[in-house]
Amino acid sequence: MLNAALLLGLLAIPLWAWMVDEPFTITLVTRAVILAIAGVGLNVALGLGGLVSLGHAAFFGLGGYAMGILAYHAQTYIPLIEMPVLIEGTKSMPVIWLVAILVSALAALAIGALSLRTTGVYFIMITLAFGQMFYYFAISWPAYGGEDGLSIYVRNGMAGLNTMDPLTFFAICYALLLLVLFIVSRLAASPFGLMLGAARQNPARVEAVGQGPYRLYLTAFVISGAITGLAGALFADLNRFVSPVMLSWQTSGEIMVFVILGGVGRVFGPVAGAALFIALEHWLGGLSEYWHIYLGAILLGVVLFARGGIYGLIAGRGVAHD
Amino acid sequence: MTEPVIDVRGITKAFGGLLASDDITLDLRPGEIHALIGPNGAGKSTLIAQIAGALRPDQGQIWLNGQDVTALDTPARARRGLGRTFQISSLAMDYTVLQNAMIGALGRRGDVMRFLRPVMRDASLREAAETALDQVGLSEFRALRTADLSHGQRRQLELAVALTLTPRAFVMDEPMAGLGAEGSKRLITFLSELRARTPILLVEHDMDAVFALADRISVLVGGRIIATGPVAEIRANEEVRRAYLGQEDAQP
Repeated sequence: MLNAALLLGLLAIPLWAWMVDEPFTITLVTRAVILAIAGVGLNVALGLGGLVSLGHAAFFGLGGYAMGILAYHAQTYIPLIEMPVLIEGTKSMPVIWLVAILVSALAALAIGALSLRTTGVYFIMITLAFGQMFYYFAISWPAYGGEDGLSIYVRNGMAGLNTMDPLTFFAICYALLLLVLFIVSRLAASPFGLMLGAARQNPARVEAVGQGPYRLYLTAFVISGAITGLAGALFADLNRFVSPVMLSWQTSGEIMVFVILGGVGRVFGPVAGAALFIALEHWLGGLSEYWHIYLGAILLGVVLFARGGIYGLIAGRGVAHD
Repeated sequence: MTEPVIDVRGITKAFGGLLASDDITLDLRPGEIHALIGPNGAGKSTLIAQIAGALRPDQGQIWLNGQDVTALDTPARARRGLGRTFQISSLAMDYTVLQNAMIGALGRRGDVMRFLRPVMRDASLREAAETALDQVGLSEFRALRTADLSHGQRRQLELAVALTLTPRAFVMDEPMAGLGAEGSKRLITFLSELRARTPILLVEHDMDAVFALADRISVLVGGRIIATGPVAEIRANEEVRRAYLGQEDAQP
């Protein structure tokens, strides 16, 4: 019910904006949709697996740079690699998405394999450190703009669609959000999801039934990173710009805020969280430059009084039923 | 004599200067309940942790079904047929009772890396889980959140999860604790029948339960097994009475 209302709302606003010719509003909602995908991705690690990662900007940014680098090579006609095989850049969205997913999944595998040897605060700090490593690497590497970032002149294309049209690009992002939500809700109810949730609540229980928590955590971390990477590619395409900011720890924090605002562990929670975040950013940002103060107050309220986020507040604290 | 299911061969474990396990040899044979008793601090938990695989002994070996499992970790031992219940209930508190039992059934079947099909609609897992809940008398509470269960019910659920593993041997750490008279009586009847299928290494403080259930008793004091034998023999053993039973109500 709540899920349907949320998704319908996200669909209705851009349609309305399209009718009254308000392209800015469409872009705003598209932003919310893309950030929602990132949040849904983080929620696989944070909500389902209990892995507090403060380094998800690394995957978001890698997705962004996957798009940026491929499109840059395509628009400058400089091949990406000439030896041993010729690989050229591309402006094809589906190819870029696949590369973004693959690259961030691999990065998540490497980061996760090392970070998951620790728990608690150490895990938070080590994921943060990995994230910052990517950030400073991007800043100091001049080939793709360094600190200034990388501009892409024309949005990437997809099978005959006019992706520069705000509503078309919104539709693409929205469809991907639906797909990701479908996959993650299936995941949450799957054998893997059941065991991952058990590992979050009680690793000793999982071991006693003959399973290793590490393998579960790592798989969740990789899936989580891959989804966040996809969101990063879309985000870069929305702005037609990628910069090290996408890799910064503030970005990790923002994605985490979506999840906490919406409701940790609820599949649709980050969608509500991202939508609320963008709405607040828009309205409060209009009131004052220092709108983060109000956001902070709201976040504090959620953490103190509504542990289940918006979703927990509205839907109640239910058990995950079958 | 039939081959023991669990065979602990001379294990020693020291924490700094404290010898928590001092050359312990102990076995669990098919069809029996072997009770392990001893005062607080005798090293029972350390011994159980070594058998379950949470701690590695400094010396000695642990065999399970004729296989040396000393180097294996907890999940590997569980997969080889060791079913454990914890002294303090170790359950997924946010899950329902049924979901907790499903964890056991799923862990037992092993196909955890399935990502898209709904686990709660898996008929074979559900049947295994519900059978186990039925056996411990928790069927009617299956939809309850585990955190909302009473202490005694959590103990029962703990046992149900272990049952879904259909293990070759049970290691139960104080299953009677906090059960109340009625609950203890029911559990004694249940364990008594269970032993024919699956032998049980039972750590228990409740002496009535131990005397009612055990085929053999081992007494652990200060990290050493001071006596092993049938119930009558242990009750008559002077050293045991002095070291352990004497402190509590040991009237036969």
